[in-house]
Amino acid sequence: MLTARDLAHAIGGRRILDGADLDLARGEVVGLGGPSGSGKTTLGRILAGRLAPDRGEIRLDGAIPAPARPGVPAPVQHAPQSAELAVDPRWPVRRILANGLPPDPEVLDALGVRTEWADRRPDQLSGGELARVSLARLFHPGLALLICDEITSQLDAIEQDRLLRALTRLCAGRRIAVLLISHAGALHARFCDRAMMLDGGRIVRPPGRARFPTGA
Amino acid sequence: MSDAAEPIRARPARPRHPQRRAMRHGMIALALLGAVLAGAPLLPEGALSVDAAARALAPRPAHPLGTDLLGRDIAARTLAALAQSVQVGLLAAGASTLVALVLGLAATLGRAADHLVGGLTELALGLPHFVLLIMIAFAMGGGTAGVIVAVALTHWPRLSRVLRHEAQVIAASDYVAISRALGRSRLWVARHHLAPHLVPQIVAGFVVIFPHAILHEAGLSFIGLGIEPHLPSIGVMLAESLREIMAGHWWVAAAPGLGLMLVALIFERLGEALRRLSGPAGGTT
Repeated sequence: MLTARDLAHAIGGRRILDGADLDLARGEVVGLGGPSGSGKTTLGRILAGRLAPDRGEIRLDGAIPAPARPGVPAPVQHAPQSAELAVDPRWPVRRILANGLPPDPEVLDALGVRTEWADRRPDQLSGGELARVSLARLFHPGLALLICDEITSQLDAIEQDRLLRALTRLCAGRRIAVLLISHAGALHARFCDRAMMLDGGRIVRPPGRARFPTGA
Repeated sequence: MSDAAEPIRARPARPRHPQRRAMRHGMIALALLGAVLAGAPLLPEGALSVDAAARALAPRPAHPLGTDLLGRDIAARTLAALAQSVQVGLLAAGASTLVALVLGLAATLGRAADHLVGGLTELALGLPHFVLLIMIAFAMGGGTAGVIVAVALTHWPRLSRVLRHEAQVIAASDYVAISRALGRSRLWVARHHLAPHLVPQIVAGFVVIFPHAILHEAGLSFIGLGIEPHLPSIGVMLAESLREIMAGHWWVAAAPGLGLMLVALIFERLGEALRRLSGPAGGTT
């Protein structure tokens, strides 16, 4: 569905990505790992169209991904690391959720976004609640790939588990691919169909555990 | 102690006092401003005229703040002068705020524009404030227009810097990127993300510039570059009072001086309170 070929990018003279190739199929959950500074976030931003790579190309179903237009959100959405920074601090939750298209009740229900939060502001929600709101607004009928950049790093283990389980179930039902960026290998083992690593600016498969047993 | 048993609400504690205090200061400032502006035209006919029979009188029931060497009533003259000053201050502060807003937003248009505005701001901040003010007022040939232009052209840098920084932080924020990815246009982002953040800063900036404008108007008038001497103005009154203080006529300087201080102080307070109010919700400063 989404293919990236030969992506290269340098920031401030340092090569972050150097010929990274990536294939994602509809509905699969893929983990992307690698040590800090290996370019996970940069790759996520390039795939989401937020950053133009120095070299390489991205195809979505064989075509260049169309940028978002009014009323037509982009098919690839990017959930940044900190939900607190990803919502306008002055907006009530109701407005945040309706930013793209009118919110889908099924999505809100699946992610556990409660109706009584509607009039609260972001600073009146907990980190976990805000993470759910931040994710829920990204869903729309044309969504093909959701890039989650360390979205659970600020949550405790239980909340992390709940949120990711709800997210992967929802995406599996809608055939939405998820790229789960995290340096926590355990997370990948638990939620991902397969995992990749960034190393030296290229994507490599973690030796010996290319495919996780389903279930776990 | 019974309160201790109640469950603690998980909402962040946001003390309500600053909000109420800011409201109170705002009301006082607006009431004072209104009284000054409305009071000046209501002065009885001849209140500002020269009266040879009542020269240099100390405060008394007929002239609660005394009269000057030409027999003009200080109370009436101070009120008219304050109204004049407030008008000049509003115009000058408004023009200055506009300059700050235009330059602050222009800086977000691109790297070159940002460098240009940044350099201009540093230049204006680096020059001695009052010297620049005098130069511009002198070049404009003095007068009310000269004062307004001089204040407008010297007071924008601080606010412009705040607005520029704020606009850049918001433009680069994750939530703007997400709004764009969800199909929102640039104009929509400016209207729904940028404007609500900038408006409180602009209001607070305007209120902070206002007392400066009044004080500089008085300063320029004092050295003869400001408002024409025949118009009642605080600066002109203070300049004239210099000679009279020598003769022990303290009241001639006291009323305009205190009036000016009071107006400037109350607006300064309002500006501070507004800035504190707009701070936490804005996320920065």
